[in-house]
Amino acid sequence: MPYHLNFNLVWKYFFDKLAWGLVMSLELAVVGIAIGIVIGLGLAVLSHGSGRAFRTLVAAYVEFIRNVPLLLLVYLVFYGIPSIGGFKYDATTSFVMTLAVYAGAYLVEVFRAGLDAIPKGLIDAGRAIGLGQVELVLHVRIPTMFRIVLPSLGNAFISLFKDTSLATVLAVPELTYGANWIYTNTFRIVEVYAVVAPMYLVTGYLLLFGLRLLERRFAIRRR
Amino acid sequence: MIDVMLKGLPFLLQGLLVTLEASGIVVVAALVVGVVLGIGLSYGPRWIAWPIRLLSDFVRGLPLLVLIFSIFYMLPLTGWQISNFASALAALAVFETAHVSEVARGAIQSIHPGQNEAGKAIGLTFSQRMLYVILPQALRRFLPPWINTVVDTVKGSSLLALVGIVDLMLSIQQVIGRTFKPMPMYVLGALIYFAINYTLSQISRRLEARFAYVRE
Repeated sequence: MPYHLNFNLVWKYFFDKLAWGLVMSLELAVVGIAIGIVIGLGLAVLSHGSGRAFRTLVAAYVEFIRNVPLLLLVYLVFYGIPSIGGFKYDATTSFVMTLAVYAGAYLVEVFRAGLDAIPKGLIDAGRAIGLGQVELVLHVRIPTMFRIVLPSLGNAFISLFKDTSLATVLAVPELTYGANWIYTNTFRIVEVYAVVAPMYLVTGYLLLFGLRLLERRFAIRRR
Repeated sequence: MIDVMLKGLPFLLQGLLVTLEASGIVVVAALVVGVVLGIGLSYGPRWIAWPIRLLSDFVRGLPLLVLIFSIFYMLPLTGWQISNFASALAALAVFETAHVSEVARGAIQSIHPGQNEAGKAIGLTFSQRMLYVILPQALRRFLPPWINTVVDTVKGSSLLALVGIVDLMLSIQQVIGRTFKPMPMYVLGALIYFAINYTLSQISRRLEARFAYVRE
């Protein structure tokens, strides 16, 4: 193969483009899932005790987001909505919002399943000690549910972390954007991706490992 | 808005066909290779199962976009003359194959080991046991999640636009490049993707309900 590997150019831009890119990717994922949890949890709790119209609306949201490519949603939110709304937002804000709405659609289902999986005895116990409807949700349902859904939540986060790579199309300076920047400026494509792929892999598996530890810590123990 | 959509629609058809073609090829390739790898993961000796596990975890640990960029740009460096369409498809196929192999492994391992042992006891060879005992039973566990990977393939094929394949996604962009009216075209594109994927998701859900009676 008449190609000589040269990593020097990659190392030259490593901190500026790749390391900080990775930090940016993680930030996008964290903010995205945080807002996604609010959306998902809100809709799951609300649709628990509400009528059919609201539930149909939630189902429409979930089905729409799940069956449309994320890339299209990213474009739609960044280029489409401002074009009819007559306002503008920067690429990072737009991407994080897209990611949050996307995560929310997946998390509604996760939280709904979690709420359904709470043992009836716990809720009865809560009633028995005189908790009201709101207290029951805040002190019994939601804390128990979070323990149940922690594994799914962790997987959603890792998958969201990988999805942040799409932010490159809006020139948000995350890891994939950094990789493509180095590639277009130095043409060192093999070297760049030989460095970037392990960065994604190692981060992803470290997150997975950390989340598994967290799960073990919060697992519901039965005597 | 509607008139912009109707005007743009004919320009999307070619792209839609490319999306369907790409997804179709990838789905078939990933199905064939993925099931074989899934069998390897479940029944292979360590020297077969281990490399498959490593490869599958590697591929599934990467963002699809990163995989597409790396494979698309690196394949030509091997000196292999390959069209950009084939190169992009290869990337998507590798990703989907890894996912199908996990689905197949899950389906196969959900079959009670006694079934395999019973097959051995009546003297069936490995391929007979697979063909007549394990795979027919694993099928109902396999189909619903497999259709979900088909949905993922259709969605994932939109990333091929980023390496210059003129699929539905890129033809939407091209129409917008001429009309400067992004919203109608994005909504139209979303509806087309939705129509394809929602149909598939519903089939998956039906099958899951249909097979729910099976209890081990």
